[in-house]
Amino acid sequence: MPDAGAVAAGPVPAEPVFAEPWQAQAFAMVVALQEAGLFAWDEWAETLSRELHRAEADPHGHDYYEHWVAALGALLAAKGIAGDAEVDALQAAWERAAHATPHGTPIVLENDPEMATRNG
Amino acid sequence: MAARVRALETILTQKGLIDPAAIDAIVETYETKVGPRNGARVVAKAWSDASFADWLRTDATAAIASLGYTGRQGEHMEAVFNTPDTHNLVVCTLCSCYPWSVLGLPPVWYKAPAYRSRAVIDPRGVLAEFGVTLPADTRVRVWDSTAELRYLVVPERPAGTEDLDEERLADLVTRDSMIGTGLARSPEAA
Repeated sequence: MPDAGAVAAGPVPAEPVFAEPWQAQAFAMVVALQEAGLFAWDEWAETLSRELHRAEADPHGHDYYEHWVAALGALLAAKGIAGDAEVDALQAAWERAAHATPHGTPIVLENDPEMATRNG
Repeated sequence: MAARVRALETILTQKGLIDPAAIDAIVETYETKVGPRNGARVVAKAWSDASFADWLRTDATAAIASLGYTGRQGEHMEAVFNTPDTHNLVVCTLCSCYPWSVLGLPPVWYKAPAYRSRAVIDPRGVLAEFGVTLPADTRVRVWDSTAELRYLVVPERPAGTEDLDEERLADLVTRDSMIGTGLARSPEAA
């Protein structure tokens, strides 16, 4: 059941809490939105459960936070806060910005070449 | 996936629904401050203090909050005590509900479909994979967590620990022993 090495013997788990920084950001956004009253925790649990029960989910749970992000997107769309198209467009802008940013410097959205063109 | 998360964060920040500084604070809390050591202290206190154990049995939410561990989601806690007759195992078949305030965030296997489905169907098989073998006449009770109700297993106090104080006892309480996929360590093993 547990992957080899996944079972922590000691009181402090050996594995990091989050595998990648975006997982931590996605986790914290949901906690913050729930604390702000945008949705109740059972509403979140239902939405996340729907994503986790999709047939293509990894049986070992390594794609857990991908489903977490999908659930957040679905909930924001359902609440009319952000539609998929808006998120997709901004995601593409961030990807272009990441490409255009020299290695070793922080990625900022302003580095998106298309945005720079638009803004003049 | 990183770009998608940044996109969501940008939109939510622009709409004033989240504050990036608050997001960073939440991350820091879960990465460094909240973890199974909290739960281990709860268990060690229950082992050492019979009146605290009674309180934990009747109102786990309040007893745990008295040590400063409160749930962010306002969820209720229930403590389930292992005995020589009964072993308790916790799962969330719905998604991954977990007692964050006392255990931090769940391990990968807790969130995996394999554990979520098999813990209910074949708890003894799952326990065996974690290296836990129980006497044949020990009953295994499986508790399915929800968004509103989370469970903390209080493992049995190991033998030979009569002289240990709460801090040393807490060292014996593993994360897995508070989910039910493990037992508390013996002082020789610790």
